[in-house]
Amino acid sequence: MSSSDQSQSMGGPPRGRIPHTVDDQPFDPGGDEVLTPEQERLYMASQWRMMWLKFRRHKLAVISGALLLALYLSILVSEVLAPYNLHSRFTDHIYAPPQSVHLFHEGEFVGPFVYGYEKKLNMETLEREYTSNPDDVQPLRFFCSGDSYRFWDLFQADFHLVCPAEGGTLFLLGTDRLGRDMLSRIIYGARISLTIGLLGIAISFLLGISIGGAAGYYGGWVDSTAQRSIEIVRSFPEIPLWLALSAVLPVTWSPIWVYFGITVILGLLDWPGLARAVRSKLLSLREEDFAVAAQLMGARPRRIIFRHLLPSFASHLIASATLSIPTMILGETALSFLGLGLRPPITSWGVLLSEAQNINVVALYPWLMLPVVPVIVVVLAFNFLGDGLRDAADPYR
Amino acid sequence: MFAYTIRRIFTMIPTLIAISIIVFVIIQLPPGDYLSTYIAELQAQGEGVDQQRIDFLREQYGLDEPMWQQYLTWVTGLLQGDLGYSFEYQLPVNEVVGDRLLLTFVISVVTILFTYAVSFPIGVYTAVKQYSIGDYTLSFIGFLGLATPNFLLALVLLYFANVVFGTSIGGLMDPEYVNQPWSWGKVGSVLEHLWVPVVVIGTSGTAAMIRRLRANLLDELNKQYVITGLAKGLPPGRLLIKYPLRLAINPFISDIGNLLPQVVSGAAVVSVVLDLPTTGQMLIGALKSQDMYLAGSFLMFLATLTVIGMLLSDLALAVLDPRIRLEGKAER
Repeated sequence: MSSSDQSQSMGGPPRGRIPHTVDDQPFDPGGDEVLTPEQERLYMASQWRMMWLKFRRHKLAVISGALLLALYLSILVSEVLAPYNLHSRFTDHIYAPPQSVHLFHEGEFVGPFVYGYEKKLNMETLEREYTSNPDDVQPLRFFCSGDSYRFWDLFQADFHLVCPAEGGTLFLLGTDRLGRDMLSRIIYGARISLTIGLLGIAISFLLGISIGGAAGYYGGWVDSTAQRSIEIVRSFPEIPLWLALSAVLPVTWSPIWVYFGITVILGLLDWPGLARAVRSKLLSLREEDFAVAAQLMGARPRRIIFRHLLPSFASHLIASATLSIPTMILGETALSFLGLGLRPPITSWGVLLSEAQNINVVALYPWLMLPVVPVIVVVLAFNFLGDGLRDAADPYR
Repeated sequence: MFAYTIRRIFTMIPTLIAISIIVFVIIQLPPGDYLSTYIAELQAQGEGVDQQRIDFLREQYGLDEPMWQQYLTWVTGLLQGDLGYSFEYQLPVNEVVGDRLLLTFVISVVTILFTYAVSFPIGVYTAVKQYSIGDYTLSFIGFLGLATPNFLLALVLLYFANVVFGTSIGGLMDPEYVNQPWSWGKVGSVLEHLWVPVVVIGTSGTAAMIRRLRANLLDELNKQYVITGLAKGLPPGRLLIKYPLRLAINPFISDIGNLLPQVVSGAAVVSVVLDLPTTGQMLIGALKSQDMYLAGSFLMFLATLTVIGMLLSDLALAVLDPRIRLEGKAER
């Protein structure tokens, strides 16, 4: 950035004759090298600061990062954000279509409100048909008390950001086959879907760095063993292997253990890509002078790897980890969708989508497919963020 | 080239052995041996247990023998084309699978061809016209394809195929051809149904491929020899085909190693939604009912398919690139 700015401030090639000028200032040989405070800040910036400056220019990545941060923060307070509880059932409103929020009723400003449902059973098709009743105005309540819940299983509370009117309903994204509010379930589902990628990547990171690190640093038989195992794991088609492994998780396990089991499985099969990257980076870095110097000073391999070599490409690793989180989220979604992943009562986006398994849903209850929206958004955001990070981490761009 | 091919085929063998061991371990993972589970299940249903049959099975799989011997029995069986015994269907796996292996193979191959056919022109276009509206639009669609879970895409496409083209829902052929011998009509019906799964399975792979080809080609296009070529008056189109494209295409070809597992995976999930008569659907069914022999055989088949695909991609690379052929090492 700085170099291009500088060349521009000097202007393009001069047109015509340059007037002959003699500078009356005494000649200062070091004059060109005096940096403005701004330049000094840039040139003396640490590696991480440079990355941050570069990253900040990547608008899409910054937006994605902010969005992800917001989503991850939201899982801390899912109970408050969701209008209903995860398992609240409304048997009067089964497969109710989404209600939309209005501001004006008959030309008059009422504030945000929804129209109530009018339900009738179609005696020919035996479908429940919902229409909105234009006389039934149900203003939303904000910062209100609604369904009571145990906040993170710590204490009882009933505070919500938004609640339906007393005796009214608020199904902004419709309800499912048991009359549960989709929006609330999606908000709760984020808790599982978003964390599963993080835990999985932590496992895969650990494995990838240690195996790739050992292979790259020691070379020889360690390297060829690692290379072979990478090749073997990679030649398995991912999802069938995930499926097979999660199918053998004992059925007696409680849902929370299944959750951990699935994360471990996702992580266990993801490391080869990372290990390969670490290995090739280490192979080139260990020949560098600073690595040899550390070795000659008697540093142990562990210290050399973690203290000297790893920081040189940590940024690169973070970027590639960011890019592989979406794979895990999609993997979990597919597993749960097929009924071999998480099981209710644990609710992830994949579990929610498993309700949308047949074609009738597309035709009759398309809102059951809505949990796919957060999946797409999160996967895209991680991809953009990862791209931005990778560009920022690359010093040659 | 011949020597390279032989060498490459030999390195495949240890990989396949390792894979078979892993698959066998997975088969063994559920607690208890499957036969005792099976007997318990039969008894729970109040059915009589045919002792003779159990003895026969016990003997055939050498369940009383040590683990390594069981493994050997299983592997020799596989090599002879005996895929084991499905406890759910109470038939040898061979009879259960029928056309499934063939159809899986067909779908995978067609999907790969589709992926290459679509991603190559788009990849080249987006790289050459970087930052044009076309580039942005296509890249955006590509990103969407990457991010949408393909089972859901399958549902939606299936719905539209039915509404718009009147294609029958589910399956890979019209119902009247199921369990019929192969005929031209059946082939035609399969082709009519094939496009939905192919598009669905191919989307994410295509998107990834486009991005990779675009990145590779951009790297090459920014190099100095391209500028030199242009400066010397080489027509841009000719220059593109002659130099940068040929360099950028290497990773594109070798990527089949990534693509194939992805396609096989995707096919497994999509086959459930689309009710495809392929191995994927049966694999999942088998896994759900813990019919591990059936599942293991399928897993082994899918993994072998992948390994063979990687072999083919390495060979294709060797044909294209003399550096690999002569060094005898494929860079992947």
